Amino acid sequence: MPVAVRAAAEARAGRMVWLREMLHFVRDPARTVMSLFHPLLFLCILGIGLSGLVPGEGYEAFLFPGVLVMAAQAPAISVGVSIVWDRQMGFLREMLVAPVARSTLVAGKCLGGATMATCTGGVVLAFAGVAGLPYDPLLFALLLAQLALASLTMTALASLVAVAVRRAQTCNTVLGVLVTPMVFLSGMMFPVSAMPPWMAAAAMANPLTYVLDAMRRTIAAASPGHAASSLFEPLTLGARQLPVALEMLLVAGFALAALAAAGAFFSRSDE
Amino acid sequence: MTEAAIRAVDVHKTYRGRGGTAAVRGIDLHVRQGEAFGFLGPNGAGKTSTVAMMCTLTAPTRGRIEVAGHDTVAAAPRVRRSIGVIFQESTLDGELTAEENLRFHGELYALPGAAAAARTRELLGLVGLADRGRGLVRTFSGGMRRRLEIARGLMHRPRVLFLDEPTVGLDPNSRAGVWEHLREVRAREDTTLFLTTHYLEEAEECDRIAIMDAGRIVAEGTPAGLKTAVGADRIELRTGDDPAAARALRDRLGVEAETPAAGGVLVRSGDGAALVPRLCAALDVQVHAVTVTRPTLDEVFLHHTGHRIRADGAGEHPADPVGTAR
Repeated sequence: MPVAVRAAAEARAGRMVWLREMLHFVRDPARTVMSLFHPLLFLCILGIGLSGLVPGEGYEAFLFPGVLVMAAQAPAISVGVSIVWDRQMGFLREMLVAPVARSTLVAGKCLGGATMATCTGGVVLAFAGVAGLPYDPLLFALLLAQLALASLTMTALASLVAVAVRRAQTCNTVLGVLVTPMVFLSGMMFPVSAMPPWMAAAAMANPLTYVLDAMRRTIAAASPGHAASSLFEPLTLGARQLPVALEMLLVAGFALAALAAAGAFFSRSDE
Repeated sequence: MTEAAIRAVDVHKTYRGRGGTAAVRGIDLHVRQGEAFGFLGPNGAGKTSTVAMMCTLTAPTRGRIEVAGHDTVAAAPRVRRSIGVIFQESTLDGELTAEENLRFHGELYALPGAAAAARTRELLGLVGLADRGRGLVRTFSGGMRRRLEIARGLMHRPRVLFLDEPTVGLDPNSRAGVWEHLREVRAREDTTLFLTTHYLEEAEECDRIAIMDAGRIVAEGTPAGLKTAVGADRIELRTGDDPAAARALRDRLGVEAETPAAGGVLVRSGDGAALVPRLCAALDVQVHAVTVTRPTLDEVFLHHTGHRIRADGAGEHPADPVGTAR
């Protein structure tokens, strides 16, 4: 079969896998509503509560990118669960016996999860006013793009875990254990500059740290009032600041590597 | 067409771990295009492993398999385009509608959109689900799901349709329904059927069967041929005068007739039903009843393996009384 025809067939298959995730998403709105509860609690209670303790203005704005990532986290992780679920319920075999590359199946699943996660985060983005952010279309577009990248990273990691760990219970545990430190060590609630060196080193190895930094710098650029706050000081590597574009590139590279690893793992596994 | 739909040569499968269990220990097989071929054996005989290898889901440890003329390892994508698979457990997405499940399949096999929509309507009609296309699959009964899976497996017009225990877990009514549709599929689509089963009556539906036990094929042939090889039909006559009848049959037809202590006259023959009219014509004494009993596949199975196919399977699903004529 010519390469172009093959590629078109793979693209259609990947799109259909994505579409299936979307159909599940829109048919279960209760799940989305429930997953919004947790991040909004963080924003409205933790954010407002801690803002009195933190000197200076804008702790809610500082926390806001983390709340967005948190909203995206549950749907992103659910991709891993859904792969294990598909295996358990048998639907995975329908996909495995089809003339489609396994990496295409993983990619479709991950893009589906990333779309769900970005949409969920997008709902939380509407609460930007609570954090004192301006309703600026460009700011929203940039934040959504960054959120989409964070979502893809988390889904790729979740699917990697799901194809490597086949037992449903083990997979859920591993995902839970993996994700909590990722969120804690991303500078979500306190800046990396306030961390002791060992913790800061762990944070610098975490792709979410770079996403959050990029989001804060985007917020600071759109809302100069926040730029002055010490909370919004950009991340530094040694003495140098990384350009936002480079940060996004790093995260994208990480996401693609995780995706490729998941695809390879999936292709190698017998059955 | 006499081309081989499936050709297996010296196929072995040993699983790593679990002490290196040998599930399949050397299978040679030749299934013709358009044929319905059954793999009969108890659970754990290696049927599912064999199907998994034929469907490219796992590679043989030794030997090679060709399906629709393509090697299952070297040309797995080509094999996948040529086959439809219906697994033992349901592999439908309950949260999607019947049409969406078929659409998913059509997209994965890159069927042209308009053709896929027409095929969806055609197949839903074929399996009797034309009015349930928009229903969520999780609301379907077991029999409806099975029929939908058959429709889905046929979406891309496969040359070979694999069915792993197609009616396990279904009630007799749904089972009959599934077979009615499978017969129709064969008639209309000229698809080769390869099925595994531990139900004897399902094996009777096949043109040829192979009996599998402990990873090996122990017998192969048509269901009738296998039964004939094992033993002759039993013809039992109830007559007004049994000894006279036995004597008459010996003298006039030259057939061996016994008169068991329990009464009646017993005759053995390769084709019992065909002999009945001649028997009756040769007798002067009054004949009250004639019963022809053919050997069952269960007896064939017992003959080749030394054990019955499965105590529990037989209980829930008694051997087909198709061989009994009155």
